[in-house]
Amino acid sequence: MQTPPILLENVSVSYGPHKALENISGTFQAGSLTAVAGPNGAGKSSLLKLIAGLVRPRKGRITLAPEMRDKIGYLPQSSAIARDYPLSVMQTVCIGFWPELGDIAAISSSHKKRALKALEQVDLAQMKDRQIGMLSGGQFQKLLFARLYLQDPQILLLDEPFASLDGETTARLIGILLDWHKKGKTIICVLHDLLLIKKYFPDSFLLAGKCLGTGHTHVLFEKNLLSFDLDMAEIIAPKEEKKG
Amino acid sequence: MSEINLLFDPFIDFAFMRRALAAAFALSLGGAPLGVFMMLRRMTLVGDALSHALLPGVAIGFLVAGLSLGAMTIGGVCAAFIVGGMAVFLTRFTHLKEDSAFTLLYLLSLGIGVTLISLKGSNTNLLHLLFGNILAIDEATLGLVASISVLSLFTIAIFYRRFVIEGFDSSFLGVVSRGTESWVRQIFFMLLMLNLVAAFQAMGTLMALGLMILPAIASRFWSHNINVLMPMAACLALVSSYTGLLLSFYVSLPSGPAIVLVAGSMGLVSALIGPVGSVRASLKENQQEG
Repeated sequence: MQTPPILLENVSVSYGPHKALENISGTFQAGSLTAVAGPNGAGKSSLLKLIAGLVRPRKGRITLAPEMRDKIGYLPQSSAIARDYPLSVMQTVCIGFWPELGDIAAISSSHKKRALKALEQVDLAQMKDRQIGMLSGGQFQKLLFARLYLQDPQILLLDEPFASLDGETTARLIGILLDWHKKGKTIICVLHDLLLIKKYFPDSFLLAGKCLGTGHTHVLFEKNLLSFDLDMAEIIAPKEEKKG
Repeated sequence: MSEINLLFDPFIDFAFMRRALAAAFALSLGGAPLGVFMMLRRMTLVGDALSHALLPGVAIGFLVAGLSLGAMTIGGVCAAFIVGGMAVFLTRFTHLKEDSAFTLLYLLSLGIGVTLISLKGSNTNLLHLLFGNILAIDEATLGLVASISVLSLFTIAIFYRRFVIEGFDSSFLGVVSRGTESWVRQIFFMLLMLNLVAAFQAMGTLMALGLMILPAIASRFWSHNINVLMPMAACLALVSSYTGLLLSFYVSLPSGPAIVLVAGSMGLVSALIGPVGSVRASLKENQQEG
């Protein structure tokens, strides 16, 4: 049997005294498209950072398939990125070449062509010389998707990529996501929108500090773990039964 | 012709002015590009706090060995590291935010430093350590300042992309380089310390950051492009150094404050009339919208 690209075994993550994740176990299969859902403070972003290697588990183990370790693309929440940085759209998308070029190698004309192609995919080619500070929230998110194009990762970790975007931009970015899914990439996406989860994400991972449920999205809806009658804030971890 | 000579005569006639100019130029070339990164990372207050934090270490060096370059440099570096470490500790294990932690520590450092110096030194010693004396720079100090400047430029050239990416989106660097972003931060921090130690020799602990940060702030009003900001900040720092030293020579101003005065004025003028994000640019935008 093929090893899943991501395997979590009783993983806990803490920031000082604050426990973000407690005893999380689960797998993410190759080529899966999974939504991570749960209320604020449920540990959704921490789960992505854990898989991305940005935080270390306090307890437990996370195993990544060796061929996947260097092929992770991570998109943090937009608030974690300096939008006022003095970079142009072209300079920003070219950051996606860093794993390939490193510190010294020059960006060649063929790299620039590839960068322009990536910008065309997200309808930003006309704005290649514009400063990123002048882009709208939707355009900036598209730019980050273009950077992911160039990075060409096998595992994509996206933290609320559609937050505060209009319907048209969301639809465009969902289209790109589905395209990547078709190409066999493993996608894990933190989302709050149940409609999007039900419509586009075959698998879900439900978190509230602990893992409340994982598996096919429609099964989680059938079990009422996910429900349109349920506000995200109402999803809480069941209290542990007292022993004895 | 004679007016033009006024621009060069002080540096032709006096060796101390040449040494001062060389030191200020070295500080400008090494420190100003670093200042641009500090400004973009919103680290200017941290830098300011660290520059003040040098004082207790410098004071201990002074108490042990007098106005010895080596002792004061080692003391300053140690003090800056201790204060940096304590700030990280306070931020992580208490509810203090970074700015409050650094403010607490730098005021404490300043208090300790001034008290220590007053135990043994005179007011002249205290003024020398607080405000520096670029005109009194000797060959050995000039060598130290120049070496730090060269090291800074080489390091920035090698790690330029990492520094840019780390400031823009540190998580990207963390993921693609599997944890090297923490040592990129440490290298940056080391460069900052070294430049502060170099600048302290010339500008004192109170104004050590002047030639690093003020030209960087001014440059932000003239360009959107990070690749332009670095050389522009260095050029503004060079002009501030030259003009400040001339001012200090002809108008009998203290040299370090004169350089900072020119650099600060450039920052203010840039904020008023620069083409990017200045008062003038905002008014123009409002007019176009109206």
